[in-house]
Amino acid sequence: MLKRLRENKSAQGTLLASPTLLWMIGLLIIPLILTLIISFGKRSPDGDVIYTFTLDNYIRLIGYSTDCDNGQASCFDPLYMQILWRSLTLAFNTTVLVISLAYPLAYFIARAHPKRRNTFLFMVLIPLWTNFVIRVYAWMMLLRTQGVINLVLGWFAGLLNIPFTPLEMLYTPGAVLVGMVYEFLPFMILPIYTSLEKIDNSLYEAAADLGANGIKTFGRVTLPLSMPGVVAGTILVFIPVMGTFIVSDILGGRQVILVGNLIQRQFLDARDPTFGSAASLILMIMTLIVTYFYTRKFGFGEEIIVA
Amino acid sequence: MNPHRRHPLIFSSAMLVYLFLYAPILVLILFSFNASRANITFEGFIPAFSDRVVMDGSLVKSGPCGPFYWFCELSKNEDVAEAAGNTLTIAFISTIISTIIGTMAALSLQRYEFKLKPFSQLSLYIPIVIPEIVMGIGILTLFSQLFAVLNGALGLTGDSRLSMGLGTVIVSHIAFSVPFVTLVVQARLQGFDKSYEEAAMDLGANEWTTFRRVTFPMILPGILSGGLLAFTLSLDDFVITFFTNGPGSTTLPIYVYGLLRRIITPQVNALSTVWILTVFSVVLLLQILQNREPKQHG
Repeated sequence: MLKRLRENKSAQGTLLASPTLLWMIGLLIIPLILTLIISFGKRSPDGDVIYTFTLDNYIRLIGYSTDCDNGQASCFDPLYMQILWRSLTLAFNTTVLVISLAYPLAYFIARAHPKRRNTFLFMVLIPLWTNFVIRVYAWMMLLRTQGVINLVLGWFAGLLNIPFTPLEMLYTPGAVLVGMVYEFLPFMILPIYTSLEKIDNSLYEAAADLGANGIKTFGRVTLPLSMPGVVAGTILVFIPVMGTFIVSDILGGRQVILVGNLIQRQFLDARDPTFGSAASLILMIMTLIVTYFYTRKFGFGEEIIVA
Repeated sequence: MNPHRRHPLIFSSAMLVYLFLYAPILVLILFSFNASRANITFEGFIPAFSDRVVMDGSLVKSGPCGPFYWFCELSKNEDVAEAAGNTLTIAFISTIISTIIGTMAALSLQRYEFKLKPFSQLSLYIPIVIPEIVMGIGILTLFSQLFAVLNGALGLTGDSRLSMGLGTVIVSHIAFSVPFVTLVVQARLQGFDKSYEEAAMDLGANEWTTFRRVTFPMILPGILSGGLLAFTLSLDDFVITFFTNGPGSTTLPIYVYGLLRRIITPQVNALSTVWILTVFSVVLLLQILQNREPKQHG
């Protein structure tokens, strides 16, 4: 049998890949199928799952209800649609802000002297390696009414003799946006840097020889060649922002409910896994659609694994 | 033309982004020396050493550790010690397993043709393109349904029942690490010159010797960076751990999250400071080691 295996290349390949394949099927594909099955199920009074086939959870997500206050047969409540829309716009805004912050820094590092590049890159890695939860906590300290930002603002106002009332920043949508931008910024810097660094210096020289000025060189050479990095970074930022619940939980309090919070609560507080599964599948479909159209237009860069 | 010239606008915006990245971390570290228990504003450092801890309202006046009061409190905290132990156990075991099986998968996908190959390759992209919470609740559902069935079938009751714990966390961490290890090692194998292996075979080495003496040393940097990536992903993970942990398998991120929803003393800051400094020294050490290696091209 060993001898047969030695000659059978296809069996060898399957055997080598089999542990990973087993994990991918057992812990990714089967759970996804299970989520799909449960999303069509019903919640039993004690919070368990009753396996059946009903579209109730999806109808509830869209906002239709047959259990209305004013005695009508059906009514419409856009609550969950608003949550989905809020998550989508937040992910979009975060991505745009992150690109605008990450690009200049990545460009700066890529154009720095090769000897110093590693140090500058290292300085991006440190905050990335500082734990995710710890980074949210840092912003909680900064944004509090008696926090550091208000302290600094108050100090400046004092210098300029302007009356100052501390701003209410924590537990607002703005706080969640800042937290998200901070959390995911390094994931954009690294891929953009990787694609910028690959650009051959002779291209810049050629552009200069042909009479292009700085802005034109950037628009015609740098930007198009760095697009794979921007695309990879966008995937690495947009998708996690859509599903994260810690940032909104800690910095948004009860004010900012995202689809991640909705799902988490169904599994822990509200104990309705069937509704949570339906919301989770809708979230997955939304991110897949966005990723599909985005990568179809710009391609799926290999930069994605660098970060 | 100097290719490394700096545009002042680029330079200043880059410095501002660095400020944005570091200001929160520096504030966090400063507050771990806060004299105030309430930890809302910075009330100054703890000024003096004394045999016993002296408190004035919510202010710590002095103690055996002086300004490092919160670090001493942290070192006495058994919950933190347990969480730190769990975090490292999970990271080490999941890294070792995912590095081994991920490297095997990379070799297989790069070198062999087999029926399940396109499917295997595609499945590796799933954790990248779906939000972590989707994976987390899927795994939670799988384990809770599986354990319910098994406990019923085997008639397990009380403490012998199967439940969430270190095992489920480790298995789940392997699931999200393996794709990254595989993709990193695969990238390394793609730039691999096969003529070295052919030369070894021509000189009479068999396949195993060729792998051990030629292929493995050449892809080792890829395996190590894949392993390092798996380790950091595991250390940093919150979402998957949140849904798969159970009694006795709390990790540091989960522990800190629990504290953030209750009362926060500067002890959390002390914990963060220790974490940041540990990461900083490890990354610095790796950076130095990496720079000592001769540069490889291509």
